[in-house]
Amino acid sequence: MSAFLDALLQYDFLQKALLGGLLASIGCGLMGSYVVVKRIGYMAGGIAHTVLGGMGIALFLGLAPLGGALVAALVAALLIGGVRLRWRQQEDTLIGVVWAVGMAIGILFISRTPGYNVNLMSYLFGNILMVTDRSLWLMAGLDLVVLVTVALCYRLFLAVSFDEEFARLRGVPVAFFYLLLLCLVAVTVVLLIQVVGLILVIALLTLPAAIAAHYVHSLGRMMLLATLLGMLFTVAGLALSYEPDLPSGATIILVAGCSYVLSLLLRGAIAGRRPGRWRRA
Amino acid sequence: MAGEPVIRLQGVDYSYDGPPVLEGVDLEVQDGEFLGVVGPNAGGKSTLLKLILGLLQPRRGRIEVLGRSPEAARRQLGYVAQYPSFRRDFPIDVEQTVLMGRLGTGSLYGGWRRGDREVVRRVMVETAVEPLAERQLATLSGGQLQRVMLARALACEPRILILDEPTANIDLRIETDIFDLLRRLNRRMTIIVVSHDIGFISRYVGRVACVNRTLMTHHTADIDGRVIRDLYDSEVRMVEHVHH
Repeated sequence: MSAFLDALLQYDFLQKALLGGLLASIGCGLMGSYVVVKRIGYMAGGIAHTVLGGMGIALFLGLAPLGGALVAALVAALLIGGVRLRWRQQEDTLIGVVWAVGMAIGILFISRTPGYNVNLMSYLFGNILMVTDRSLWLMAGLDLVVLVTVALCYRLFLAVSFDEEFARLRGVPVAFFYLLLLCLVAVTVVLLIQVVGLILVIALLTLPAAIAAHYVHSLGRMMLLATLLGMLFTVAGLALSYEPDLPSGATIILVAGCSYVLSLLLRGAIAGRRPGRWRRA
Repeated sequence: MAGEPVIRLQGVDYSYDGPPVLEGVDLEVQDGEFLGVVGPNAGGKSTLLKLILGLLQPRRGRIEVLGRSPEAARRQLGYVAQYPSFRRDFPIDVEQTVLMGRLGTGSLYGGWRRGDREVVRRVMVETAVEPLAERQLATLSGGQLQRVMLARALACEPRILILDEPTANIDLRIETDIFDLLRRLNRRMTIIVVSHDIGFISRYVGRVACVNRTLMTHHTADIDGRVIRDLYDSEVRMVEHVHH
């Protein structure tokens, strides 16, 4: 651990990696809380994987892969959200189709791009140690978009997450705010891809918020605690992976996953001591 | 009771991809009325409410609420659904839940205003849920949750309050409390309540609409509970006959 601290003071790339992890945690805490309470983890997973299609096309055309990722994530969010709003019966099949087709498009375009092998693994599993200044600025910008929108629309997102039918009766344009919420999830997915890659995104999006839900009982506090937990996991994962030279994204996810299991056990132990406390009608 | 009708249905038909659920329904509800809606399960009671709320569109016929289309009038209606359309374990407390009723009364963006909190405080006192303000929904009993749902509907400051079986699965003492409260609320708003228990609600409502694909109304003042029960039973038999 002290080797990590020494290296952190010494190496620029490690400082950037740390900063990237902290920036990603803000989006992860805010939007992860919505994903957990609205139970749209599967939709978020679909958005994350579809991103590969946009990255592949951007690479093939010689454009910035992150830009492609952002466009693809937004398109996927609107497609998947539209599917849910209109064809609810076949929702999971159709999300699966978007998910797989997006990835397939990505693989085809990447295979036609010279020198693809280098990049593919880092898109799939993340490589925060390679994060560039430009990516950091983009991440900060995306965080700002998420923060400002959530601050403006907090009540509306709460209403749409909590009780869509009632929100509709109160004259809230439910479909619009539902799609906006998914677009912010898409933006957050792009943030997190920098850190853990598109396959592991869903874990970092849901685990901190799911742990927070064990201890706090309002959406606002859940967002705050989930952000702090996200920061803790990314920093801890980065530190643990540094000395043995393990993949940082996978280490971060394992730290988060183990913490979730520990939290579940802890909660079970508390509930065991106080019977009835967690019983729900 | 005489006055402008606040709700008017003329020749309304409705079906969910199948046989008609409602057919040729005519109904006028006067301002300040307390209307009970009764009928067998799947007879179309909830469908009738959803048509009035504009959540469903009639296949045929006209619906006017407060002189406008149901969608346009909807913000002036308070609605308590039969089944909560949310998850009981959502991380939200009672006060925040009741505040949801204030949506659509001011700007959509930003936070709650002081006026919103004052209205919410008042309706929580009225429905006796104020001591529960900071409790999580998941920790409430069925009766407490039903009062919270009523408080949320009242926070809309509705002109018409619509309740779909507000006291199903609640014990009789609490059911009586809730209907006593509805009777007080009826002094300032029109109320439509669906119930499976006509004997119980006929003590409270001024008129009963019997819905079983078709709709017939009866004034409770004209006939006692026993006669209503007979009427109701005969209608059920009649419709069973029709379904052959």
